[in-house]
Amino acid sequence: MDLTPIWLTLKLAGITTLLLLIIGLPFAWWLSRGRSFFKIMIEAIITMPLVLPPSVLGFYLLLAFSPQHGVGKWLQEVFNVQFVFSFQGLVLASVIYSVPFMVGPVKSALQQLPPALAEASYTLGKTEWQTFRYVLLPNIKPSLLTATVLTFAHTLGEFGVVLMIGGNIPGITRVASIAVYDSVERQDYAMANNYSLVLFSITFVLVIAVFVFNKYQAKSPLG
Amino acid sequence: MISIAIEKKLKAYDGQQILRVDRQFAAGSITKIYGPSGAGKTTFLKIIAGLIAPEKGTIINDGVTWFNAESKVNMPVQKRNTGFVFQQYALFPNMTVKQQLEYATADESWIKRLLLLGKLDTLQEHKPEYLSGGQQQRLAILRALATKPKLLLMDEPFSALDMKMKTELTAELKIVLKELGATTLIVSHNPQELDGLTSEVMMFE
Repeated sequence: MDLTPIWLTLKLAGITTLLLLIIGLPFAWWLSRGRSFFKIMIEAIITMPLVLPPSVLGFYLLLAFSPQHGVGKWLQEVFNVQFVFSFQGLVLASVIYSVPFMVGPVKSALQQLPPALAEASYTLGKTEWQTFRYVLLPNIKPSLLTATVLTFAHTLGEFGVVLMIGGNIPGITRVASIAVYDSVERQDYAMANNYSLVLFSITFVLVIAVFVFNKYQAKSPLG
Repeated sequence: MISIAIEKKLKAYDGQQILRVDRQFAAGSITKIYGPSGAGKTTFLKIIAGLIAPEKGTIINDGVTWFNAESKVNMPVQKRNTGFVFQQYALFPNMTVKQQLEYATADESWIKRLLLLGKLDTLQEHKPEYLSGGQQQRLAILRALATKPKLLLMDEPFSALDMKMKTELTAELKIVLKELGATTLIVSHNPQELDGLTSEVMMFE
């Protein structure tokens, strides 16, 4: 069994989760503070990947980053970066596709904290960043863990969006979910079963771990 | 001295009412504020701290303008150096007693003194969930004092303390406040409470 698709999948999920922790946490914090029409629109847009068929998202990304025109052409000419049929393209698509899994739980958890916690920190002379880092984030640990694990697990299971933008290039864009599809296409059901079993096991262990952890933190990931 | 002349619309069950305050508080004075629920006592304290902005008016502390609606001056809460004791304590659940004070100040000897003042020196490694209501309230007072504020705003700060603890704490507090030279405003629902501590009274209607 060629393990490259498995490693590629884990690498993609790891990088996507890390990027979403860096981008998604401040973003969730910004969304959690106050309501404006602009914020509602932004929230609706980042929620779209939850309901949109992955192939539709992948199709638009393929169009947007095609090196023949628009943004893709500009990126190719100015920075010599190509997102279509490349690993960085998979990362970009995964980040967009998984953003609601990171931002949603974290935003909800931040909104449930009493406003007086942040206010108390401000009266002690602390900046908004210090308050976020030392008061707010440590008090939403269960939701943060849930968001991190769900983002990772969700990226493991991506298929439509990564197939559209990345295709099926061995060692570059051929992740495990595509390897399953490819094996079935070639009627190599034993290989499809191997890849499926590995994906199933990793995802199952991750989800179980979240439920067990949150049982002791009195917060269900679905609650 | 702090001079406050502000107006703020308050949302009330039966419509809207306006909070209007025009008053000066002498430096180092301790004022008891009392009045019925919903009169805007907490809002008033939050306006002074900079947590809520009024629609009209000015707040001037020792000659420095903290707030001026007309000239759109609104000094950030972090720069006002006000100690604030929240009615629901607002203790940080992730921090121990000592960590809450260390978060506010790096002055170790001051932290030690505060812990003794609040009789929490034996509980300094405990998180708030393992403290009684009275201990939590004392910690909230100590944390507000930790930055050595020149203006201390306390919202029902002694409601969870028994009579003995309240008497001991207010006596100690009086000394500390004098040392700090802090102007203090204390919201209380009970007009008879704190007679030994406060020198001024302000009534909300």
